Amino acid sequence: MNNSNKRSWRDDFAFGILKGNPVLVLMIGLCPTLAVSVTLFNAVGMSIAVAFVLIGSNLMVSAIRKFTPSELRIPIFIIVICTFVTIADYLLKAYSPTLSQKLGVFVPLIVVNCIIIGRAEAFAYTNTVFSSLLDGIGGSIGFFLVISVIALIREFFGNGGIGEKIILNKPALIMILPPGGFITIGTLMGLMNYWNRRKKTRMSTN
Amino acid sequence: MEEKFILSVSPHLKTKEDVPRVMLDVIIALIPASLAAVYFFRWYALRTILVCLIFAPLAEWVSEKIMKRKNTIDDLSAVVTGLLLALTLPPTLPPWIAAIGVIVAIVLGKAFFGGLGWNPFNPALVGRAVLVACWPVEMTTWIKPVTSRVLQAVTTATPLNIVKEKLVEEILPTHLELFLGNRAGSLGETSVLALLIGGIYLLYRRQITWHIPLSYLGVVALSSFLLKIDVLFQLFTGGLILGAFFMATDYVTSPLTRKGQIIFGLLCGLMTMLIRLKGGFPEGVCYSILIVNMLTPTIDKLTVPKKFGARSRMFTNK
Repeated sequence: MNNSNKRSWRDDFAFGILKGNPVLVLMIGLCPTLAVSVTLFNAVGMSIAVAFVLIGSNLMVSAIRKFTPSELRIPIFIIVICTFVTIADYLLKAYSPTLSQKLGVFVPLIVVNCIIIGRAEAFAYTNTVFSSLLDGIGGSIGFFLVISVIALIREFFGNGGIGEKIILNKPALIMILPPGGFITIGTLMGLMNYWNRRKKTRMSTN
Repeated sequence: MEEKFILSVSPHLKTKEDVPRVMLDVIIALIPASLAAVYFFRWYALRTILVCLIFAPLAEWVSEKIMKRKNTIDDLSAVVTGLLLALTLPPTLPPWIAAIGVIVAIVLGKAFFGGLGWNPFNPALVGRAVLVACWPVEMTTWIKPVTSRVLQAVTTATPLNIVKEKLVEEILPTHLELFLGNRAGSLGETSVLALLIGGIYLLYRRQITWHIPLSYLGVVALSSFLLKIDVLFQLFTGGLILGAFFMATDYVTSPLTRKGQIIFGLLCGLMTMLIRLKGGFPEGVCYSILIVNMLTPTIDKLTVPKKFGARSRMFTNK
């Protein structure tokens, strides 16, 4: 609780985007990132679903944190997350059946997505509702940016273009196969580490 | 004036041998195979080899410029990677695919891991594996050698393909044809004779030892003998000779100890035969060496030589 007083609300919001980017820095939620980032359409759909669940569960967990017994907190988190995932799943099925069909099992699997339970445990459980809301929004934006960039790269090189537009005649098939996902994500992680490290050395020399 | 006594730690004797000299030997050893490739596939082979030789140092130079690393083109390792990759490619491959393969080999296979000496996988084979996954059709289109008066390319199947797919209408080449190189296949896997000349040169120059090639080829020969299939056919087809002498013996990605090298060769041979006989691909040299490359650190750890007087191989600090 003391931590939240020192940090400004900007830090809570920005943490999930760059410094604590769920996929590239914290390396959580890699499984859905790899599986769903084959096309941009799927990636955007997935990040909307994750954003809904992450913000909802962060709000709920921080709202009930004062009377959540710590030995029972994980099952309680899971129940909270399950509720939001079920809502998201049915909303998708009702309003966007194609997207729901394409994402398939990965929507129900948001329940066990490390990003959501990780933020609930590491942040929302010990912080105020407002900070948790900001953290959830920041994390969602971070996840959205990363998965969209990965999907953009993979779909462009692996499929030859975005959506219906095909630019490359002979696309590199590997990019829409699992190895392409690993290569893209590894390269982005390397760039992110380089960027963060350079920022750190610059700050220490100043 | 008294005599100078210079105290220093070992090594006391130094040779002139360095990385460029080793790489130069590998290039010399690959010349017969490259000439054979040009002889059998003419313009196609020349085109692919030239593209690879140009783009390999270029990719190395550009990536080192971007990463602000020391320029290492003059150690010739990029040239070796380019040449080795060229020899694993099919002749009719479009040049732009070969160029991408070389760039992937140098950047993804080597530079991303920290440059020469840090790569866990053989860079040339990484390039080939990526190309096979990206453009499977182009990477498995083979032509007959154009040594005969017919100069246009005739699409055909490789000997291993004929066996795997049980293509009855194709005629299998004889053992002599396989040995001399008159058959379809990648640039460097046609002429066993040319590859053996290069391999023997490397052995003579002591750039490689017999441990990896012999154990690799030995397992393939033994297992095909035990399974009662044509031993010479298994030895002479595919990229086996190229892989055993030039790919598996890569210093960076193979074990350091002699015992470890023999284990490495045995595992490579087993994987190759498993893929050839039971796997989905007709040839498994590339993947088998890549897979066993992953085990190299473990093999090294398990075969650490016992120190003189030490009780156990490992944990000697206790």
